[in-house]
Order: sequence, then structure tokens, then C-alpha cells
Amino acid sequence: MFRVFTRKPTTRKGKKVLLSKEPKPVEGPKQCIFLQGRNPSDKTRKLLKDVYELKKPDAAFLSRKNDFVPFEDASLIEKMCYKKEAALFGVGSHSKKRPHNIILGRTFNYGILDMIELGADKFKAMSEFHNMKVLAGLKPCLIFNGPAWDLNQDLKRLKSLFIDFFHREKVESIRLQGLEHALSFTATENGSIYFRSYRILLKKSGQRTPRVELEEIGPSIDFKLRRTKLASDDLYKESCKIPREVKPLTKKNISKDAFGTKLGRIHIGKQDIPRLQTRKMKGLKKTPEEKKLMLRKKKLARKQATA
Amino acid sequence: MDIVNEILEREQKKAEKYKPITVEKHLDVEFDVGTLLASDTNDLDLKVIQRDNERDKYLEALTRDNTQLLLNKVWELPTERIDEAIVVRLPVPKTLLPRSKPVPKPKPLTKWQEFAKAKGITKKKKDKAQWDEQLQKWVPLFGFKKAAAEKEKNWLIEVPQNADPMTDMYEKKASEKSEKVAKNELQRLKNIARARKVKIPRVGIPVTSDKASATQLATAAVVAKASTASLGKFQDKLPKEKEARGKGIHELIPGKERKRKAPIPTPQQEKQNNLNLIDKILNKRPKIDMEKAVAKHIHTEQIQRSEEKKTAKPSKGKRKTKGVNATNFTAKKPKAGKGQRNPNKKATGRKRR
Repeated sequence: MFRVFTRKPTTRKGKKVLLSKEPKPVEGPKQCIFLQGRNPSDKTRKLLKDVYELKKPDAAFLSRKNDFVPFEDASLIEKMCYKKEAALFGVGSHSKKRPHNIILGRTFNYGILDMIELGADKFKAMSEFHNMKVLAGLKPCLIFNGPAWDLNQDLKRLKSLFIDFFHREKVESIRLQGLEHALSFTATENGSIYFRSYRILLKKSGQRTPRVELEEIGPSIDFKLRRTKLASDDLYKESCKIPREVKPLTKKNISKDAFGTKLGRIHIGKQDIPRLQTRKMKGLKKTPEEKKLMLRKKKLARKQATA
Repeated sequence: MDIVNEILEREQKKAEKYKPITVEKHLDVEFDVGTLLASDTNDLDLKVIQRDNERDKYLEALTRDNTQLLLNKVWELPTERIDEAIVVRLPVPKTLLPRSKPVPKPKPLTKWQEFAKAKGITKKKKDKAQWDEQLQKWVPLFGFKKAAAEKEKNWLIEVPQNADPMTDMYEKKASEKSEKVAKNELQRLKNIARARKVKIPRVGIPVTSDKASATQLATAAVVAKASTASLGKFQDKLPKEKEARGKGIHELIPGKERKRKAPIPTPQQEKQNNLNLIDKILNKRPKIDMEKAVAKHIHTEQIQRSEEKKTAKPSKGKRKTKGVNATNFTAKKPKAGKGQRNPNKKATGRKRR
């Protein structure tokens, strides 16, 4: 779907926009859009709004209703993602067959990569917890509980999707006092996913490392896994490619042994034995005549070589 | 000793005052400190989770333990102080997440860039504005101010002596400019085509607004002559006609690719080449075509078997001798064309049409 623009941009601004949309080796945080599907229920709308609150600086909440079914035709999502430069999306809808339906997904190159449908069984909004919330834009701690996350293929991908949704951005360093938000995802074998959000309280422990206490700040959602539409392995692999600029360079022929000593392997060319300088002796020294003869021979050889 | 015990006791009391920071887990929790991620693969207490009133408490306790473990890992990392805040340096994230767009491909070089690279030509930065002696002011390199300055400067253009005195020099200048723009656009499109590996047809002889040069005309004539079905083989030659040479002809006329002759080898090289050739011939071994060999082997075996069948005497008594009109109906349809036909023998079975 990626297109090379053969038509030149006419304005400087247009050129800048096109340049900013080009793929980069290091990408910033993924933008997210939240859409309303056909007849969204109040619950789904509030739920998406709460997830939007958690995601805030990198998200847009589109409040208009859209008459579409993502699992049948996702072209609207692709279009909106292209328009808003977003790579993540959430859609809320409600029907008799699938009540309180939430679809979370991501795109790659403006095409759908993964799409996972979740049913919101129970939902307690952020506003129903009457306490202090965390600052917007903090990098949360992501806690995944339960062995099901690694056993089920769908849940495996959902875990990756949740990390993609909430990890915010790759950072090099983090302020210790800024670690005050924890998101917990608990999955059971029967496809229930419990989403909880806590504020971390750092208490004294008598040591350098503090004692952690949690306070639930919401939203608290009980999801049920419904349909999924996962990317093929090829596409997923392609999307996970690391650009060469970012890949750490491996140094060849350097190794470390068990004691931590640095070892290097050196390759030396073949030794030229006939030219080896052995012990010099007066008897083997060349006379001036011999030297002259050698010179003449050399010259002749050179001439022949050039001819 | 009393003092030591006292201190130890005091420390213990102090420690008792606080809740512990250690957590016991059956299986080790996996961490990715770079993304602040902890995955606990220990089994959950499903009974408790199923109960509505106990679920939240259980989840909170579980998450607290795992968060504590994660933060213990974070607190182990080296810290820094950056304007009044204590900051830890996070390691590189382990979890691989998909990108939003594919890895950027290196931009294909244009023809000029390729040439410049081969020749080592680097771009020289020009000044944004230049001092114009005639106008006595700074004129920018491009833009509307440059155009205005040009207009001001060229209020009069001399007609050269060798040109037609009635030529409109302004018009000529404008057409030259538009031609330049068109050429640039064409080259841009050509570069795009080259980058995408699209074959584009050759445009042919360039047509300029002025008179074509002798070489261009000669090229055009040669190409036109070769544009018959027989590639101009039966076209007559004009008296004193010269074969046009040079760039463009060989590409335009099919089957006229230039073959570069190899340089004349030196005596040593020639000798070496000949020796190599002899060596090659002498060292030759018969090539074995495995498929062919196998097929041959199978064929000989088959022949041998058929020979044996022919020579072997039919076993006595078992086979009944057939009469002249012995009818032998079998389910198999008689097939023609296999083996020699015996016109004396009557074909068995019903006549099939």
C-alpha cells in the first residue's frame, strides 16, 4: 500500500507533510484512533473513552458513529489510519449477537495487521473510583499474569498488542518517582482477560528499594476473547524487521572466555619462506658483478611484463 | 558483645516495622525492564478468580507482588541525577514490537548522482544571494526577486549579428527556458523509471528548435533506412553516403550491437592461453549424464528380459494348444499398433467399430 509519490508536491508545506509520512528507521510513539461502530452502547463508548484517557497524548477520539463492521470490511479503518497517521485503533460497537464489542488492532503500512475482538463483560469506569489519578503521559509498568498468555496463540498476539498499546515509547532513562502507574492483564484458559489499572505508592521499607503498595484507579474491565484476525507469520515477521541503522554492530573475531578475558583471533597470510631473512654470512654476500646481473635480469623481467 | 547484640536487635525491630520487599514465587517471573514489563507464568488460583467478591483483591495482591519484583529490578539499575530528579538508565527492550511502516529502503540514486559518485564530484554550496554590479544590489539565487531583477536587467536584449535581425530575443529566451524545464522533467521521470526498473522506449533523435546538426541528420537517415522489415538490407546506398557512427545508432537499430574486440594479447599471454587450452583438453574427462546412463541400463535390462522370455520354452502340458478358430474372449480390449500384426491370424472377439 505504500506509494512512491511520482507527482511532485506543489507547496513547501505539502512536501514537508509527505516527507514526514515517509518511513523512518526509528519511529516515534504509535498514534491511536478510537472509532465508534454501528450503535455503540454507552458502556463501550465510556470504555473507549477511558482507554483514550490512558493513552492520551498519542490518541484521538473520533466521536462520530460509523456504519461498518471491521471484521467484514476494514477499509474505513485503513483510510482513517492513513488520514490520522495512526497505527493503532480501537472500535466500539454493540449488537444482540455481540454485546459491548471492543475491537483492538494495529496496522502496518496502513493495512490491517492484527485485529482482536473483545467483549466487555464488566466495566467500572475511571470516574467511579473516587481517588487521585496518575499524571497523563506516564510510562506504565505492564504486568501480565497467568500462564495462558504464553500458551494460547491468540493471547500471545493479544499480549503483544496490549504492550504495543500501552508501552508508550521506547525510552533510554526513566525518573524513579515517575513510576506510578501499573497496568495488570490477567488471562485465564477460558478466554477471560482481566484488565486492571493501579496507582503505585512507594512506601518506606528500611532499605533503598521501596515497598510497593497499589491503589486501584480504574478502569477495571473484564474482557472475553471473541473473534481474532491475526497477521500471517510472513507479514508479522516483515513488520518486526529491525532496520540496519538500528541493529547493533557485531564485532567479529572477539570473544570472551569463562574468566572474562578478552580474546581476539587474528588471521595472518601465508608466510613467504623463500624470502625469509636468514642469518647473514659474508660468504653468501653477492659480489658487485652478481648484483649488476641481478639488476639487469630484474629490468628485463619488468620490461617483458609491461610489454 | 552486648553492643553488637543490641544493634542487631534494634535493626531487627526496625525491619519489623516495615513490610517486606521480597516476594516468593514458584516459577521465576520474566522481566523486560526496557519496556517495564513483567510476565508471571505461575498458575492462577482459578477458584478465587471465579468468585466476584474476591477477584479484585486477589488480582491486586498478585499485581502488587509482580510490580514489587519489577521495581526491585528497576532499582538495581545504575542511577543518575538530572536536575533534581533521580533517573535510571533502562536497558534495551527485549520485546520485539511491529513497526507502523516498513523499514525505509535506501533511495535510488539518480543518473547524475551516480555519475557524480563515480567521479567523486561533491556538491558545492552556492551563496543564497549575489551582488549584482549592474543593479547595485543583492540578487537572490532564485525566487521572484531574482525574476524581477532579471526583468529589470534585460530591458533590452541585443540581437546578435549573425542572427536574423527580426528575431524576438525575449521569445527565444522564454522558449529556451521552457525547454530546459521540460528536459529536467523528462530526466526526473526517466530517473523514476530507472529506479522502478521500468523499460521505456527510446525517444529517438532529439528534435531541437534550431537546425539539426549534420551528425544528427546522418543518424536519422541511417535509422530510417534500417527501419524496414529486413533491417535495410536491400536498401540502396546513395553515392558518397557515409555510415553514421556514434552514440544512439546501435541502440536504435536491432541486431547491430557493438562488439568490442579483445585487445591483442602479448606473446606471454598468448602462450599462456594456448597452454591453458591444451591443459583443458588433456584434463578432460568424459562427462557422465546420470539420467541417460540409468535409462540405458534399464533399457538393456528390459531387452535382456524379453530375450529370456523368447528363448525360454513354454512349460509342457499347462498351456492348451489353440485351434485355428479358437475364440478367446477376454475382458481386455484388443489394441492395435502394438507388436507385429499377423494378417493370417484372425483377430479374436467381436468386430469393434
